[in-house]
Amino acid sequence: MRNYSPKALIVSLLLVCTALEADGLAQAKALQPDSLKGELGEVRVVASRRSSENIVPHQRLSGRRLEGLSAHSVADAVRYFSGIQIKDYGGVGGLKTVDMRSMGSHHMGVFYDGIQLGNAQNGQIDLGRFSMDNIEEISLYNGQKSSIFQSAKDYGASGTIYLRSRRPRFAHGQRRNVQATYRTGSFGLQNPSLLWEEKITDKVSAQMSTEYTYATGKYRFRYRKVFSDGTVAWDTTATRQNGDLHALRLEGGLYGLTEHGRWQGKVYYYRSERGIPGAIVNNVWKHSQRQWDKSLFAQGSVEHRFGENYELMVNAKVAYDKMRYLNPDTTLMYIDNTFRQKEAYLSVANHYNINKVWDAALSADWQWNSLDADMVNFVYPRRNTVMIAAASTATWHRLKLLGSLLATFVRDSRKLGVQSDESKAKSHTSKLTPALFLNVYPLSDKAFCLRAFYKRIFRMPTFNDLYYTDFGNINLKPEYTTQYDLGAVYQKTFRRGMLRQLEANADAYYNRVSNKIVAVPKGSGQYRWMTMNLGLVKILGTELSAQAQVEPVSDLLMALHLSYTWQLARDYSDPTDRDSYGGTYKGQIAYIPRHSGSATANIDYRSWGLNYSFIYVGERYHNSANIRANHEEPWYTHDLGLTKQFRFRGWGLSLALECNNLFDQQYDVVLNYPMPGRNWKITAKIKI
Amino acid sequence: MRAYNIILYSILLVLTGTLLGSCRDDNEIFVADEISVDIPQYTSIHGFYLLNEGNMGSNKATLDYYDYTTGIYTRNIYGQANPSVPKEMGDVGNDIAIYGSRLWAVINCSNKVEVMDAATARRIGQVDIANCRYIRFHKGYAYVTSYAGPVVIRPDYEQRGFVAKIDTATLQIVDTCLVGFQPDELEIADGKIYVANSGGYMVPNYENTVSVIDLRSFREVRRIPVAINLHHLRADRHGQLWVSSRGDYYGEPSRLYCINIGREQACADYGISNRALWLDSVDVAVSDFHIDGDSLYLYSGEWSYQLMDWTVTYGIVNTPTRQLLTRNFITDGTDRKITMPYGIKVNPITKDIYVTDAKNYVNPGTLWCFGPDGVAKWSVRTGDIPAHIVFY
Repeated sequence: MRNYSPKALIVSLLLVCTALEADGLAQAKALQPDSLKGELGEVRVVASRRSSENIVPHQRLSGRRLEGLSAHSVADAVRYFSGIQIKDYGGVGGLKTVDMRSMGSHHMGVFYDGIQLGNAQNGQIDLGRFSMDNIEEISLYNGQKSSIFQSAKDYGASGTIYLRSRRPRFAHGQRRNVQATYRTGSFGLQNPSLLWEEKITDKVSAQMSTEYTYATGKYRFRYRKVFSDGTVAWDTTATRQNGDLHALRLEGGLYGLTEHGRWQGKVYYYRSERGIPGAIVNNVWKHSQRQWDKSLFAQGSVEHRFGENYELMVNAKVAYDKMRYLNPDTTLMYIDNTFRQKEAYLSVANHYNINKVWDAALSADWQWNSLDADMVNFVYPRRNTVMIAAASTATWHRLKLLGSLLATFVRDSRKLGVQSDESKAKSHTSKLTPALFLNVYPLSDKAFCLRAFYKRIFRMPTFNDLYYTDFGNINLKPEYTTQYDLGAVYQKTFRRGMLRQLEANADAYYNRVSNKIVAVPKGSGQYRWMTMNLGLVKILGTELSAQAQVEPVSDLLMALHLSYTWQLARDYSDPTDRDSYGGTYKGQIAYIPRHSGSATANIDYRSWGLNYSFIYVGERYHNSANIRANHEEPWYTHDLGLTKQFRFRGWGLSLALECNNLFDQQYDVVLNYPMPGRNWKITAKIKI
Repeated sequence: MRAYNIILYSILLVLTGTLLGSCRDDNEIFVADEISVDIPQYTSIHGFYLLNEGNMGSNKATLDYYDYTTGIYTRNIYGQANPSVPKEMGDVGNDIAIYGSRLWAVINCSNKVEVMDAATARRIGQVDIANCRYIRFHKGYAYVTSYAGPVVIRPDYEQRGFVAKIDTATLQIVDTCLVGFQPDELEIADGKIYVANSGGYMVPNYENTVSVIDLRSFREVRRIPVAINLHHLRADRHGQLWVSSRGDYYGEPSRLYCINIGREQACADYGISNRALWLDSVDVAVSDFHIDGDSLYLYSGEWSYQLMDWTVTYGIVNTPTRQLLTRNFITDGTDRKITMPYGIKVNPITKDIYVTDAKNYVNPGTLWCFGPDGVAKWSVRTGDIPAHIVFY
């Protein structure tokens, strides 16, 4: 399983070093390691914060805490947010999707450097694909981001995750940053990456970042059952097969400042081949399905301020995605399908300060999507979406209000069957959805704040929901979510004493998901399904989180973070299904635990760092029939990491050793998809 | 400092409380649960086994047993009867049958036929057959259809199915016989094996034939063209073979066909190509059926894009006259409580009719028992996707 050796590590490190030296960078100046006490030389741009961050419940991972998480992908990191459930099929290459407050993964908007990542085909963003290597900050908002100077799409989801890639920043007098990283460890992981930043002029800088990931994806897993007296009934151990991953990421960007604003442009390329490890069932311990992905997008953003009160932002993106799925298993149906998606996107956002306490914004977005596939009876869908959002914030003494209204117009077209290539069928949807956020400081001390929000939004059925051969249902209606939230924040920074910073959040919420799109069987046999608007889910939940920074003795800095979520997410879809055994009415929906939580601790002493993280996910059921046969035990993992920074001759080197799932717990997040047990990772990073 | 101390401690308390209160237990084997559903009944039939398919990938194929002598329904008996079998019975149970003292279950996605003792459901062994579908027996041999025949490597990649011949004493495959693409149910009559070929993987080029295998040579001798995408196939006592076609889910509807075996053979011998001489059909969609005496009990659940709803039929066909006697044998309105009928069986002695409801395929289903008059007698929750019943 662990096919690295110290020798191999040293050799690879040397290789990286020589490569860098060959580039004539050995003379690079003293390095500023990302210290605990803020980052030097960060380029801070554009006006002050326009609205209070607290108005919308949000969570953020950045800086030291983010570095301390032993996260390989974004999905590993977002597990630490409260209210979040990850559906994880296991392993380095396994699909990982996010569900916020039990509304379903389709209701999450994922934004990369300010522009939404799309998947018109199935609406799922696999967060396992976004490596942490170049991510600087992950923020999560319930409802929508608190800013109103944003694109209309920022208003268009029930919850949003913003991934911000690293932006170039230079220590005083520096014109170039180079950072090389090598990770290796369990699952046959080999993961070199390189970051190169160049200051072209005082106002323009460039960045290039690349990464290659290879993993065999092999790990040992164990299933066992016991008798009621605790003696072992059966106990079996096997190795996860066909979970290999080969992935290349290449990313480049230009970042600029102007007198009255800023601009940036970037290109992102991702290519991968992976095995799909599949479900482990009786007599089947290995699968052979494979998937190839290619993803290319270019996006740009310009912000400009005209005078004192008006500013404008333009965002644009083009994207191309190709996915090939192959089932070469000769005992099953042979499938070799290729899907191609294209997307074009343009957004204009305007913001105007009416007076000191009142401002307004208007944004308009247009998006075009297409999906092509080499399937029988495929209908080649195209979608045009226009979104217009109007929003306003007002401050009145200790009260702040944010209201927004989003109009969405969707127009789909498709070919009607194979016989009539020319004829097109069209369908339209137009919807108006509001959101209202409120926050108030009830005490003279601004450390304490109360907030509330209401939001109604929908998600369009995806191309697969509507048009997938034999499965789609063209009569689907959009799936709605309605959210109500009430919360409080306490936040304080201290100049003196042991305790440096303290923050506590508490939110209670009620969500309703109606017209939920579910797959139901069609006719005889298990192999024909179709989508319908059948579901109704009501969710009652509480989220608590707290964080503190403590400096008990000089140079010893400790950061603690705790979060806890309680959710009652019940299925109201079929009021007739009330049997005491196996009834689904008011049953907790699939894979949503009642209780879940996390804890992280980061302890730093001079150049040493110790990170500990813990995740707990309570008992769950595979579906809304909450019976023993569908029961899944809780799982919890402890991860531990140790880092050490070195400096020599102006270079910075950091080494990290991580042990994940310290107590080797054997668990499934998704039924029959075993997760890895104890695993290791070593990271070496050189900064010049 | 008091305010935040309280916050911190309360959160810590909740966290530790949760951890202590709901720590992880070892997974225990499934213990069967018993439900009393009816008064005891004494006939030569002791009871029946019901095989729940379980949704694909869920590994939830389970076995239930109903005991007529006690009126007790027992759910999920396999785990308790076979506590040492890793990952229990398997993924997607597709057929079940009893031969002699043994219970045979075809577990499709686990690529095996599970052989158990019919009295205890204790495992005796298994026969590995990839993508196995249906089973029948004849003179000490079991015959199992499978989709997974040899592969023809061509750009369009084709793979014929086969019938495996298994020695029931040794559980060894002694021979295989190639048939059409994706063969489903089979039937043995008059020294021949008839196999319904579906071609389900070949969309839109479905198969449309029944393969005829000579039992003695165990080779396919002929194909009888019937209709596309054939599924179930059973013989009645009048020398007729009833075959269901799934249709193509678009323009071509599902339908019930009837082959007169003797006449078909004669026409084949004399080279007469007039199918009307030996092939008849009943204008009804069929998902599955069961023949008891001269009555063919069927159900169908077909999606209609016109009505945007399912059309469900519970029909009875008189086999000698090939007439549909009723489109709804459920007379008390219980059909409105059934979401998705998925299996049908009739007790040959009491004539009670059993209909299973698979609901939405991911939740536990329901088994309904109707009297011969079509009035519901009882119902019970089963495993996921209750489908196949065999009397013991």
